[in-house]
Amino acid sequence: MTAQEIHDIIKAQFSDAVLEVKIEGARDPFIKILPEKIKDVAQFVRDHAQMKFDYLMCLSGVDYKGKLGVVYHLYSLTHGHKIVLKVEVSTDTPNVPSVESIWKSANWHEREAFDLFGIHFEGHSDLRRILLPDDWEGHPLRKDYEVPEFYNGMKVPY
Amino acid sequence: MGLLDQKFESSNVIVTSFDKLLNWARLSSLWQMQFGLACCAIEMMAASASNFDMMRFGVIPRATPRQCDVMIVSGTVTLKMASRIKRLYDQMSEPRYVISMGSCSNCGGPYWEHGYHVLKGVDRVIPVDVYVPGCPPRPEALIEGLIKLQEKIRNESLVKKKAV
Amino acid sequence: MIKTTLDIARTSTGKSLRTEEMVVNMGPQHPSTHGVLRLEVVLDGEIVVDVIPHIGYLHRCFEKHCEHMTSYQQVIPYVDRMDYVAAMTNEMAYVVAAEKLLKIEVPERVHYIRIIMAELQRIASHLIAIGTFGIDMGAFTPFLYYFRDREKILDLFEMTCGARLLYNYMWIGGLSHDLPPQFVEKAKQFCVDFKKTMKEVNDLLNYNEIFIKRTANVGVLPKDLAINYACSGPMLRASGVDFDLRRDDPYTLYNKFEWNVIVGKGEVGVVGDVWNRNMVRQNEMWESVRIIEQALATLPEGDVKKAIPKRIRPTPGDAYGRVEGPRGELGFYIVAEDSVTPFRIKARAPAFVNLSVINEISKGAMLADLVAIIGSIDIVLGEVDR
Repeated sequence: MTAQEIHDIIKAQFSDAVLEVKIEGARDPFIKILPEKIKDVAQFVRDHAQMKFDYLMCLSGVDYKGKLGVVYHLYSLTHGHKIVLKVEVSTDTPNVPSVESIWKSANWHEREAFDLFGIHFEGHSDLRRILLPDDWEGHPLRKDYEVPEFYNGMKVPY
Repeated sequence: MGLLDQKFESSNVIVTSFDKLLNWARLSSLWQMQFGLACCAIEMMAASASNFDMMRFGVIPRATPRQCDVMIVSGTVTLKMASRIKRLYDQMSEPRYVISMGSCSNCGGPYWEHGYHVLKGVDRVIPVDVYVPGCPPRPEALIEGLIKLQEKIRNESLVKKKAV
Repeated sequence: MIKTTLDIARTSTGKSLRTEEMVVNMGPQHPSTHGVLRLEVVLDGEIVVDVIPHIGYLHRCFEKHCEHMTSYQQVIPYVDRMDYVAAMTNEMAYVVAAEKLLKIEVPERVHYIRIIMAELQRIASHLIAIGTFGIDMGAFTPFLYYFRDREKILDLFEMTCGARLLYNYMWIGGLSHDLPPQFVEKAKQFCVDFKKTMKEVNDLLNYNEIFIKRTANVGVLPKDLAINYACSGPMLRASGVDFDLRRDDPYTLYNKFEWNVIVGKGEVGVVGDVWNRNMVRQNEMWESVRIIEQALATLPEGDVKKAIPKRIRPTPGDAYGRVEGPRGELGFYIVAEDSVTPFRIKARAPAFVNLSVINEISKGAMLADLVAIIGSIDIVLGEVDR
């Protein structure tokens, strides 16, 4: 199935949730989704018989300087096609519904995005820091992050 | 075998200083703590596997710090790991030695500038006896570091004060 | 459905055997966690009730470093250090993603050499995986056999690029050097020698009665769960899913060669258990040798570098490139803006994703089986934590 057909099916079901689409000229065609709707769209594309996106390849947080984004790379083992979904949220209220209940692999990816970007995934079963220690302050992959001088009495900069 | 070479042929008595005997015993069975951190741990494994065979120097990996004489810090020490390394070092019994293997544990290595979660040198947490440079050091380099440590132990003395 | 030890114990006595639960901390310094993994294990007697993995003890800020490099090529040494057991395939994944971003086509000889290197690296990585797994199961000898042969692969790498472990060999648009003159003969000789060792160790380890007792029917990962958790590589194939990126999402020139995708069949135990995972790795090495032999026989002449600007400035956009690493799907998601520095690079590490399933597959197993399960996932903590 081509990206255009996938887009058409999603658009027919969720006409107001599709914000932007780029197929021509993109290395990986993507569809930008309204953040509040991402969970419904994810559920839909996984269960739809023609799409069957059963495999979440990758979930990445991105800091677009002023906005935060989450990028979902989906693949279908049944049909062998892929699509990219993107959402964008503001830095002040970075709330995105969790897709953990749809793809279990999202669990750790979302925890990582929470840890490094501070994106809050609503409905996640266990949203804790995963890579950094629990008492770490700040979210290091944000573009405006500043490295602390000391952590637990250990000097951090060289 | 150096110190004891052909000493037992005529009689079973040797005369040596206590320091020498003790140092010889210590340096010939340096039990190493079996714990790897990062890339260098693979080279450490290679050093104790078939081709390099580090065990011929009496270096036997032990799983618990309480049986170990030498800790080989093989790889990047992160801030999350640093307190654990300190604790493991404290659990080792005296005399204890530390070999810092690889650029990361020497000084932060390639992560020195932007590594917000990397400890820039394990010597900020525990004292180090021998630094082995390289990223990662070859097994030969680790063995060289080990021989340097043995030299250091050979010149130790119970009575004389340690150089600060 | 396989009955767990807990089920059997409870049904055979007819009464609850539950004792007070105990929390045991395993790691970060533990000989069989393959690095600095820490597991918080909740035990009922000797039976595992729950496993809570704690990672991040080797978080080396890979993604932050990428954003501070002054060119796309400079990321490659850091990519090497991510999965230090299989640095060549890491480079391959990164250059595949970057070349997709830049829309570069490389010469045919480069593809061939990359495939040879990646497959040699896959063998080297599987040798470590199986060797250390053998140690975990109490078999020390295969480790020594395998490391002897791994050294031969490292010698091949060393004569090519001068490094034993972290190579910086594959560059965007080509390779750092061409192959040295003696390489092809030596690699061919290695393939011949290696087949003998494989047979030897296959007899020594995989059908050993003790080894089977320790690994068969342990840590069973069902097919649906494996897909839902996005497991990949030998982990997914051992569960009976016939999926390999080299065939199903082809990159470089893998579709030119003849080889098979190895899927767990359950000759011993059931499909998806620890034994099958190990066996998939074992058999994959045969296929890798086949690919290497074909590639060496048909290696084309030509240039190994494509003329690309020193400071690469891609058009803004993003690309996700993925390859089949020894542990599974290794992907790089690169976001570029109008600059010579990558805006954001996310590494999709297979070991990170594969490890997240450990809680599901180790419930109900014995504590000693947990060691077998960790070993069979084949984690590299550098990749899990990045």
